[in-house]
Amino acid sequence: MAIDREQLLHVAHLARLELPEEELERLGAQLNDILAAVSKVSELDLADVPPTSHPLDVVNVWDEDVPRPSLPVEDALANAPERDGDAFRVPPAGS
Amino acid sequence: MIDTLRLTAEEALGLVGRGEVSPAELHEAYVAAIAARDPELHCYLRVLEEPNGTSIPIALKDVIGTKGVETTAGSKILRGYVPVYDSTVAARCKARGLSLLGKTNTDEFAMGSSTENSAYGPTRNPWDPSRVPGGSGGGSAAAVTAGLAPWALGSDTGGSIKQPSALCGNVGLRPTYGTVSRYGIVAFASSLDQVGPVARNVRDCALLYSIIAGRDHCDSTTVELPHAVELPEAEDLKGLRVGVPREFNEHEAIEPGVRDAVQRAIELCRELGAEVGECSLPHAVEYGMPCYYLIAPAEASSNLARYDGVRYGYRSARAADRLEMYERTRDEGFGDEPKRRIMVGTYALSAGYYDAYYGQAQKVRTLLIREHAEQFERFDVLVSPTSPSVAFELGARTADPLQMYLSDLLTIPSCLAGLPGLNVPCGLSEGLPVGLQLIGPQFAENTLFRVGHALERAIGFDGVPERLR
Repeated sequence: MAIDREQLLHVAHLARLELPEEELERLGAQLNDILAAVSKVSELDLADVPPTSHPLDVVNVWDEDVPRPSLPVEDALANAPERDGDAFRVPPAGS
Repeated sequence: MIDTLRLTAEEALGLVGRGEVSPAELHEAYVAAIAARDPELHCYLRVLEEPNGTSIPIALKDVIGTKGVETTAGSKILRGYVPVYDSTVAARCKARGLSLLGKTNTDEFAMGSSTENSAYGPTRNPWDPSRVPGGSGGGSAAAVTAGLAPWALGSDTGGSIKQPSALCGNVGLRPTYGTVSRYGIVAFASSLDQVGPVARNVRDCALLYSIIAGRDHCDSTTVELPHAVELPEAEDLKGLRVGVPREFNEHEAIEPGVRDAVQRAIELCRELGAEVGECSLPHAVEYGMPCYYLIAPAEASSNLARYDGVRYGYRSARAADRLEMYERTRDEGFGDEPKRRIMVGTYALSAGYYDAYYGQAQKVRTLLIREHAEQFERFDVLVSPTSPSVAFELGARTADPLQMYLSDLLTIPSCLAGLPGLNVPCGLSEGLPVGLQLIGPQFAENTLFRVGHALERAIGFDGVPERLR
């Protein structure tokens, strides 16, 4: 199943990736190669096999709540590209 | 005079313990070696010249968060990011007094098999600088081989510790999933990521594993080790059952020189007293790669959603509104490989395709877990080449992503099954190291160490590249 230009742009938007024209073409071709290779998984009939989401056979782990200091505001903002007082500053939402 | 090319971590600990060498002198000896050899090899993204511990030094892969020390994961999008807290593994190293030498190069977000995907330029193989050191942890592996660190930590999602160790000729462990904390590690694919040691020999590897392993309250996927780590002593393999899976040893992609070296190691297992038998894992190799390249990108597309230019890391300067900021930040900040994986993963998880791709891959994963479990009823350990080839030339596989993905053909299946795997050098082919992969059942690290140690003694591989001797 080949992925066309329109689908490519849709997926890029879902992933919040702006893809310039030249990248779109190169990436599109590579994605189709990769998808063709990984589609191999569909050859197997696994209707009765349960999916694995976690490789260890463990049950939920419960810990006691232990209050401790959280990250200081200055630390949390230390790597901010742009800050405004005690907040992260970002451009306005688009129209 | 400290010979950093030959000194093992255990010997270094002895020197420091007996007061023959100070931790500062040791740190400085490695910094001097880095100054001499790293301009050519580029193992390090940054070096801490000042000694900062009370014991021997260590190098950490740049996906491992270190408080106050820039951590980029080999990506432009994290340039200048300085963690405000330590990852648990970095904290455990610090608690033992280990002195941080620096952060090692990696494929961007640990995505790659050659370290050529680093936004900061490739690392070169100490055996032959025209060749890659493997990846993604090529920086850590090459640093240990070139005497630029006594040991190091890497991270492994589909082979990023074992494969570079194979190509650089040292010992690397991918531990059982859940035995080492990922708290503070730059996440790639959370159901697969594991941190593990890279060392000059198996005993050092076991020692470093004992320092980092165990339950961490900050990572709820971790468990307590069911038994303590044992430093291997035995030089025989009496009573051990070694399985040789056909599909992992006879695959057409395996180079003849690699196959020969591995065959000799298997023969040695027999001479050392092990019971060796052939076996089969019919789906593991053929379906492991496609399964992995659905699950890992799907999880990556989710994990990498956090790089949005808001709280840390790179932000595009060309954005008029918020959506543009997200899209341009991610376009400009990510390199090609993360973009490919984000796109594949987003597609595989999107409505209408989920069941056919991600859902089906998760079922294949169950199949591989069962196949391995069945063999571990008959065998204590499975052996094969770690990498189908020796170190390849820089640039040889960069044009074709699928060709690059095949580098991890033999390491991927056990990663999907959550199993521990150890790489041990087993000889040379065309003057380059060949790695033997040992796979065990969950929590069988001690068995892997025992087998690896006995083989290492019997093989007598000289891990110092000829051109550096």
